[in-house]
Amino acid sequence: MSKAIDIEKIILRVAEIMIDELKLEDVTPQTFNPDMDLVDEVGIDSMDLATVALVLRDEYGIRIDEDDYPKLTTIRLISAYIKNKLSA
Amino acid sequence: MKTVSSLLDKEWHARYSRISKLNIRSSIYDVTNRCNLRCKGCFFFSSGEHQAAPEENDISQWEAFIDKEKARGVNLAILIGGEPTLCLDRVEAFYRRLPTFCATNGLIKVPRERFPDMMVGISVWGDEEDEKILRGKDTFSISRKNYAGDPYTYYLYTITPKQIGKTEAVIRKIRDVGLKVHMQLLSNDEGVNGFSWSVQELADIRKEMDAMLDTYADTVISSKYYHEIITSGKMMERSFGWLECPSVTDALDNRQPQPKRLTNFIRWASDLKTMHRCCTSETRDCSTCKDGAAHMSWVMVNKRAHMRSTQDLQNWIQVYEMFAKLYQFIPW
Ligand code: SF4
Ligand code: SF4
Repeated sequence: MSKAIDIEKIILRVAEIMIDELKLEDVTPQTFNPDMDLVDEVGIDSMDLATVALVLRDEYGIRIDEDDYPKLTTIRLISAYIKNKLSA
Repeated sequence: MKTVSSLLDKEWHARYSRISKLNIRSSIYDVTNRCNLRCKGCFFFSSGEHQAAPEENDISQWEAFIDKEKARGVNLAILIGGEPTLCLDRVEAFYRRLPTFCATNGLIKVPRERFPDMMVGISVWGDEEDEKILRGKDTFSISRKNYAGDPYTYYLYTITPKQIGKTEAVIRKIRDVGLKVHMQLLSNDEGVNGFSWSVQELADIRKEMDAMLDTYADTVISSKYYHEIITSGKMMERSFGWLECPSVTDALDNRQPQPKRLTNFIRWASDLKTMHRCCTSETRDCSTCKDGAAHMSWVMVNKRAHMRSTQDLQNWIQVYEMFAKLYQFIPW
């Protein structure tokens, strides 16, 4: 149960960071579908991801390798990646 | 929130999906400081870039350097010069390791038995008359003979103000030898008399470029939105220039705030150590720069800005497709 709560929290925070950093309009962390493909649907690119990765690094103290960007295609996948790094 | 699906119908979405994950990472390499021509308005010589660094002559150094570039994530090597075909061993070192595009004036034919499918872009600056004024000889006739029917070659047509009303004749000649053409505009770096653009001339050439694309759709690789951007220097109420340019060498880019830019882009001099400021001349005035690749990339790196409306996103797709075709990431 507590694990599920953790990932949901991370998902909301990642969504919030994305909305703030990339100035996404008409969406809130609660309405941001965590399974939506960020590249194919939201239109973000590797420079956007790098911007978000910097904020995530400061927030969670983890480094997101550039080589991992192609795998991080949704907010849920990014959140799971963060969670894994935190529990490693 | 506007999403790609909410803006595109099925057909456009399929076109979008074909390019959205290409992740093209290009860098530019000066292969040599030498050239077998001396064109007026050539930024390489006018800005002294040919003297910026001595050429590396040891081919094993080139090979090791290219391996490092590949490890850095480069997946498209754009070779310029001087004239790259004067150093085919260096060109071959790239070709064996990376998708490679070789710019050339077309006087020397790249031997296809050695480079079967290397992308080649031949520069042409106009009809016979303009070529003689600007380049000292009619290279267009020579390059047409050299490359007629070559499936991996296109012309990079640098249009000057003197070409207004005359582009069709050039494009027809290209079509008649079975080649493709992409158009860009001359940046008159050396202030050659009569070769600077006026506002009216830019408006006129935009109309002409649009008409050429409509009439010669099988020959011209272009998009009307690209014509708009390159002739107006404007994209979504923003002006092209230093603060927006995407093609600045990464390690020399100290702009704050950072604009959207090409990831890890570097333009290397032929000593393999020196970096140039950007994809073109360091002495060029950014406010009048007409560099075609920089304008194209400007659109490409600003995808989300184009998610404003269906038309904007379709414009973005067409420019990206144009770039992907020019470097054969997707077929012509
Ligand atoms: S052929 Fe190209 S490199 Fe050589 S002088 Fe002309 S523009 Fe410059
Ligand atoms: S000269 Fe052109 S390509 Fe170079 S930095 Fe300026 S705007 Fe960009």
